[in-house]
Amino acid sequence: MNNAWLTVLKRDLLLALRRRSDVATTLFFFLIVSSLFPLGIGPEPAVLSSIAPGVLWVAALLAGMISLTRLFAADFEDGSLEQMLLAPQPLTLLVTAKVFAHWLVCGLPVVLLAPLIGLQYALPGDALLVLVWALLLGTPALSLIGAIGAALTLGVRGSGLLVALLVLPLYIPVLIFGAGAVAASQNGMSAQAHLSLLAACSLLALVLAPMATAAALKVSVE
Amino acid sequence: MLLAAQGLACLRGDRLLFKSVSFELMAGGLLYVLGENGSGKSSLLRLLCGLLMPEVGEVHWCGKSIKQDPETYLSNLLYLGHLNGLKDDLTALENLQMSARLADSLVDEQKMLSALTSIGIARCANLPVRVLSQGQKRRVALARLWLTESKLWILDEPFAALDAASIEVLASRLNQHMSDGGMTIITTHQDVEISAQSTQTVRLSA
Amino acid sequence: MSIHWFKYSSPQTFYPLAGKMIPWFAWLATIFLVAGLYISFAIAPTDFQQGEAYRIIFVHVPAAWMSMVIYIVMAAWAALGLALNARLSAMMAQALAPTGAIFTLLALVTGSLWGKPMWGAWWVWDARLTSELILLFLYLGFIALQSSIDDPRRADRAGALLALVGVVNVPIIYFSVKWWNTLHQGSSINMGAAPKMAMTMLTGMLLMALAFWMYTIAVALMRVRCIMLERERSSDWVKALSVGVKS
Repeated sequence: MNNAWLTVLKRDLLLALRRRSDVATTLFFFLIVSSLFPLGIGPEPAVLSSIAPGVLWVAALLAGMISLTRLFAADFEDGSLEQMLLAPQPLTLLVTAKVFAHWLVCGLPVVLLAPLIGLQYALPGDALLVLVWALLLGTPALSLIGAIGAALTLGVRGSGLLVALLVLPLYIPVLIFGAGAVAASQNGMSAQAHLSLLAACSLLALVLAPMATAAALKVSVE
Repeated sequence: MLLAAQGLACLRGDRLLFKSVSFELMAGGLLYVLGENGSGKSSLLRLLCGLLMPEVGEVHWCGKSIKQDPETYLSNLLYLGHLNGLKDDLTALENLQMSARLADSLVDEQKMLSALTSIGIARCANLPVRVLSQGQKRRVALARLWLTESKLWILDEPFAALDAASIEVLASRLNQHMSDGGMTIITTHQDVEISAQSTQTVRLSA
Repeated sequence: MSIHWFKYSSPQTFYPLAGKMIPWFAWLATIFLVAGLYISFAIAPTDFQQGEAYRIIFVHVPAAWMSMVIYIVMAAWAALGLALNARLSAMMAQALAPTGAIFTLLALVTGSLWGKPMWGAWWVWDARLTSELILLFLYLGFIALQSSIDDPRRADRAGALLALVGVVNVPIIYFSVKWWNTLHQGSSINMGAAPKMAMTMLTGMLLMALAFWMYTIAVALMRVRCIMLERERSSDWVKALSVGVKS
């Protein structure tokens, strides 16, 4: 069982390695979106640092979502998804492997890049640290929930936009807790509660989302 | 060991593709699924795999519904559909390795190479599948037949895009599978001689 | 489950039954609506703080209730359809979604109309209004997903899964929005601080809610009849029906 989990993980990481441009696109997107706000709002450091938590989280949300549309699409088109469905392994397990690979490739780089952008937004040191922690705890939930949307819209026309419509409302709690954590630390309060709630979101998503994703994949592959 | 289909019906959109399809397939048996284009051959195969839910009817493996115990069934099943299920960015060897590991069968590189040799594409073993031709890709996918321990093979147009020599190789592999007590369900447009302990046909009419 | 597909009788027997039920629910809706409007506009006293403007809650609150109830009912039908592979349940879910979305929209519009005299702004990021807005997004997502999938069976199942995921998320979203709201705005602005509920007001609201409920059932039944005809157009019973109409 673990063998299959590792196989899928290894496979997806290998594929990402051979298609490095896809990963770079996600990161560039994150970078560009978060660099647009200062240009639209003005370079006032006080203003920037007050909007930073929200802006960075929204940018991370959008970047994750854009890469999500590809999570199952390629496997769906070349038939390896139906082979995965026919493997004598629990599909939920394989789904978690795929989502984990996606997070390693698209989520983790965003987490690591975020403090750099936080500097552009004049965030102080401890807020940067909280930002990294919040993203680290929250982005897995984004990948897990997003996978449901990606699975539901497989092969549907206009699936990219549809995923956004389906998934973004579900992202709201993560956005609130994530941005709230950074804002709390900026205001000199403890971000503990926010971070715990983020971790809870991710854990809950880890338990429930793969099941929903597996069911959605079965529906979509019919 | 027995595969039994009982009164299967398949509905696509609001069109009834087929209804009351029943058959029993014993060890060593070969089943041809015949019918015109669009008569639902591929849908029947997908339905037998459990990829598609029948509108009515059930599929039983060794007396148990495949919905009840999917893992036993799937570990005995090898399905090859229209799509090859290969990743373009992986090499032929890597592709075979991944599918073998997913099926939980242990195969070493030597075995995989000899499988590729059997179907005549050993020299493509380390090329990314992206650069192979349609027929070569199909052969990489078919190389799984030399590595699997599955009893039931469900093959959708396995001879399509193959040259005469490969068709012969594949046919003899199918013969061997059936004489080992395996079962095969197949759709094909080619007239290929396959021998089996028992041969039956299901004809779907649109 | 060895029933033949075209003998799958539910839609066939339900179609005429629904047709008979619609007038009843429509009449009930009208009666409750008239009574509810009479109480809320003629009997309920003017609020000394908010004047006549407060009367909008007689529409706003029941609409908000309905928007949430319909989502839950819709998810329940969807779950039933998924579990039992029952087509009729999935059709009911599909039929309820637009009505739910309309009530959500109504709650949003009336909420902002009420907000203008109260807070001097058309839109306030009040926890309840924000939650209603997100609920509207959830409804729209459901409708968009169902309408972009061509195969009705896949549309049903995908929609059902989405509705279930949504129903799990609704309490989490509501809690998070509420938390966000208290953190950012304090409790000074809160729709919960409506005027104290007098007995007449409660009666008015309940009557309006009942009217909305009956309306929902009537409209959902009408819509489900249309969906049935469309989905089962090639089945014998629909053909027989259309022959009967022509002759």
